[in-house]
Amino acid sequence: MGVSTSSAKSVSPLAAWLFSSIGKKTVVAVTGIFLVLFVCGHLLGNLTFFLGPDIINSYAKHLRDLGPFLWVIRAGLLAILVLHIFFTVSLWKENHAARPEKYVVKNHVKATIFSRTMRLSGLIVFAFVIFHILHYTARTIDPAFQHYETDLHGEMVHNVYKMMVVGFSVPWVSAIYIVSLGLLAFHLSHGIASLFQTLGLSNKQLRPRFEFAGRALAWLLFLGFTSIPVAVLLGVGREALK
Amino acid sequence: MNFHLKVWRQKASNAPGKLESYEAKNIPAEASFLEMLDIVNDDLVAKGQEPIAFDHDCREGICGMCSAVINGVPHGKDRGVGTTCQLYMRKFQDGETITIEPFRAGSFPIIRDLSTNRAAFDRIIQAGGFISERSGSAPEANSVPIPKTIADEAMDAAACIGCGACVAACPNSSAMLFVSAKVNHLNLLPQGKPEKHRRVLGMVKQMDAEGFGNCSNYYECEAVCPAHVPASFITSMNREYTVAAARKSAGATG
Amino acid sequence: MTLDSKIPAGPLDRKWTTYKNNAKVIAPNNKRKFDLIIVGSGLAGASAAATLAEQGFNVKCFCYQDSPRRAHSIAAQGGINAAKNYQNDGDSVYRLFYDTIKGGDFRAREANVHRLAEVSTSIIDQCVAQGVPFAREYGGLLANRSFGGAQVSRTFYARGQTGQQLLLGAYQALEAQIARGAVKMYSRTEMLDLVLVDGHAKGIVTRDMVTGEIATHAGDAVLLCTGGYGNVFYLSTNAKGCNVTATFRAYKRGALFANPCYTQIHPTCIPVSGAYQSKLTLMSESLRNDGRVWAPKRKEDCGKSPADIPEDARDYYLERKYPSYGNLAPRDISSRSAKEACDEGRGVGPGGLGVYLDFADSIKRFGQKTIEERYGNLFEMYENITGENAYERPMRIYPAVHYTMGGLWVDYNLMSNIPGLHVLGEANFSDHGANRLGASALMQGLADGYFVIPYTIGDYLTSQFGKKVDPRHPAFEETKLQTTARVQRLLDVKGNRSADDFHRELGLLVWDKCGMARDRAGLTEALEKIPKLKEEFWSTISVPGSGESFNQALEKAGRVADFLEFAEVLCTDALAREESCGGHFRTEYQTPEGEALRNDEDYMHVAAWKYEGDGVAPTLVKEPLVYETVKPATRSYK
Repeated sequence: MGVSTSSAKSVSPLAAWLFSSIGKKTVVAVTGIFLVLFVCGHLLGNLTFFLGPDIINSYAKHLRDLGPFLWVIRAGLLAILVLHIFFTVSLWKENHAARPEKYVVKNHVKATIFSRTMRLSGLIVFAFVIFHILHYTARTIDPAFQHYETDLHGEMVHNVYKMMVVGFSVPWVSAIYIVSLGLLAFHLSHGIASLFQTLGLSNKQLRPRFEFAGRALAWLLFLGFTSIPVAVLLGVGREALK
Repeated sequence: MNFHLKVWRQKASNAPGKLESYEAKNIPAEASFLEMLDIVNDDLVAKGQEPIAFDHDCREGICGMCSAVINGVPHGKDRGVGTTCQLYMRKFQDGETITIEPFRAGSFPIIRDLSTNRAAFDRIIQAGGFISERSGSAPEANSVPIPKTIADEAMDAAACIGCGACVAACPNSSAMLFVSAKVNHLNLLPQGKPEKHRRVLGMVKQMDAEGFGNCSNYYECEAVCPAHVPASFITSMNREYTVAAARKSAGATG
Repeated sequence: MTLDSKIPAGPLDRKWTTYKNNAKVIAPNNKRKFDLIIVGSGLAGASAAATLAEQGFNVKCFCYQDSPRRAHSIAAQGGINAAKNYQNDGDSVYRLFYDTIKGGDFRAREANVHRLAEVSTSIIDQCVAQGVPFAREYGGLLANRSFGGAQVSRTFYARGQTGQQLLLGAYQALEAQIARGAVKMYSRTEMLDLVLVDGHAKGIVTRDMVTGEIATHAGDAVLLCTGGYGNVFYLSTNAKGCNVTATFRAYKRGALFANPCYTQIHPTCIPVSGAYQSKLTLMSESLRNDGRVWAPKRKEDCGKSPADIPEDARDYYLERKYPSYGNLAPRDISSRSAKEACDEGRGVGPGGLGVYLDFADSIKRFGQKTIEERYGNLFEMYENITGENAYERPMRIYPAVHYTMGGLWVDYNLMSNIPGLHVLGEANFSDHGANRLGASALMQGLADGYFVIPYTIGDYLTSQFGKKVDPRHPAFEETKLQTTARVQRLLDVKGNRSADDFHRELGLLVWDKCGMARDRAGLTEALEKIPKLKEEFWSTISVPGSGESFNQALEKAGRVADFLEFAEVLCTDALAREESCGGHFRTEYQTPEGEALRNDEDYMHVAAWKYEGDGVAPTLVKEPLVYETVKPATRSYK
């Protein structure tokens, strides 16, 4: 009976919950909800691409007009992402330590390819997010993007439409996007249903439905996001290059 | 039938271990997996060599003592119906190579060969896996009716045999299925309600202190569980834990 | 030597109440002065350890498994009897008492059995309060089912896992006390000897099965809750680790072993399929409700596929011999009949040790679906083990040992003739007489632990105030040295036969000569052969490895060595009891119809055996059985 049943120093009940196994997972799940919602919103915004340059440029302008509030949203998103990653890494470390000597032979019975690649897909998606921000938000990968401007109802605004068309016209860039979004879909294929399980919102009957719905949403997001680079490669929006 | 075995041999907890090869010859197809090991061991002992140590007792799938990872799957559940002792050699191909390893988890230290120390489970039970009731103080059994559906669900959870296959199968070595089975068994019943918050908080805390990993919802645990305990008990434990923790954070006592 | 059973005076139904009213109790502040040693953590051990610790005693509990939750009580399937009369079908404490006495073929003590029936109802209350998920009806109240040997429905059950659920209840209560620090648990620890100080049981010698350390533990009383000795037959429905060592070591220190010849054989087990077989699996007797038992009429047909044996070449022997009960003849009778058929060379399956249990007629009558609903899980289990589909070809069944009614002699206080040594559950002999009814083993284990020993242990402990034993008393060191020497002796032989190999040979011999049917010639032969096997054991046993480590070969060898000696006591008792009763059938003593022929005039006693030294026959001490209330009758199932 060598393991102590309670630590010497008293911890507040809130901290005890937060740093418990279930508490940490709850944080990952809750931040996951926000991230999924953000991704859905992001897609809806992106899809305005198909409505033509004016619509998407005006959508982008509205976002920029939020001014300081935009930075609050960005800071919030960053905090959520940091929490999501921080607690995930903390869980990973514990999970790794929980089996010091690995199996020589290990086979899986039920774990899906999605659940088994969460770590890899998460890491690549994270790297992709950085690339994506540098590419289209900070626009440092191709600094020329910063100078794309267009006339929108008499006002000079940033030409997001042109930037997207130019960006996705480069095959390797589109390839990075499609592969990374595929991995995001992998991540969400497990993640969405999983968060219901972690938050205690699932049960035996609901679980298969959440799993189906989660996967369906994940791959709809994939189709939605990748439709833009695919469309650009197929020639949509070429007129913007003129 | 003949088999080529690769068996994990390790003299003690702190000693290094490795897979060693053994030939299992003339094994009847009707033999159970453990009987196959008996035959190999009998031969080793007759030659004055130390037999392969493995845990086993009832050999009918209920005591939860037997514990081997067979070709990477606890209890060889991908071919069998329950525990290692309920796996029969006819499920294997003649001449097959079979790798046999112990249940691996930092919280289940190896004692010798395939035998591990699963006392962590007992300590988790000590942290709340019971109803405090003094012998002789019980009210008349039928004084509290329990809906059949609740009693049945509690029984589904109580069926856990405590073998630890869930931990062995989990890529994270998580004990959530085991812990949630006991939490649900007792928290579902009216008799277990008075202590339900204390119970879930105490057991999860001890589970964490033992060094088990966290649940990533792989569901490998329920796939290998010989007692068919479903992972839906994990989700209800997550809920109960969060509610109990929130109550405690808000200052509720008990 | 005379045995005082200490049965309280007064009318049967007042004895226990009177006893409790006058029992010597120990004040709470004094309870913590007593250290109790409990060996075994099954229903009896765990319930006793938890209850005594709750009351304030200091308890040390020992088990050979890695956790107390794994004790073999866990494997009991059917249920637990209690005289609750929830079915309003006429049950009562008296009826449960009478059924148990009759089922035991009038070879049990009236007072003990009545007490068992009285406390049975409290057991159910206790278990429900602990959270045992018994089967319930839609209204939320407890469900019951009927079981063999009773005309009322009084069996409580939790699916087919009643033993598991009751044990987990007791285990959880025990773990709660461990958490409180009131019980110190020693798992993977085996008791190898009993320490006597001035004739009182004051400690035990144990071996830590992980480190090999041999240690002594001192206490004010020792409680053995170590189960039965069914594994003397090698093949049984017991767990592989079940052994006689604790009780046999106590016997060698002077405790009397009572009625070892009362062993129960269960008729519907999956037959042995080869010499490699390590254990037998029981299948619910309920199968006999819809299955017809038969064997081929002619030896030549035994090798044929059952489908190729025409109807007129089949012998439905139970229907033939017991037309009124047919396939539902009692356990002992159907077991013996199967053996007879196989002895005549008409057995089927590997080794010719099996008979058919055929569902073809029932499937024809009710349809496969109905049979599947009734017995689906059993058919699945059968297929998993044998690889045969019992819907298409008849099941093969054969009887197997699964419970032992005999055990260490105890008085009404559950104390053996050694002061301080108490024995509970299957390890004692007290409540089942010559035969145990289904669903009564769980009842007895829990009754002893939860509701009997907490009252009766005071009788001994109150005599021990101020007599705390000194753990440095030379008896401890002396017994420890003897144990160490014995372990070393096993290691030093360095022969070429494994303990399992000897165990198999012993088991076959005992099963053959002292199994379902016994006779003088066979028992005499066994008593000649066993010492020879024992001699061979001590000259050719191979125990590789050292004593200072986890060594399963050593554990087995030690247990087999004790079984070898115990087998002699078993056969000696079977030879001395020249009558047939319950689980003891002597072929010389049967009615012309083949029924057991009891001899109440000469054998209405408990046969308790006293160890007299190695190689010397034990002496018999009799405790006459006095029936004050019931009148022994002949069991008839015609």
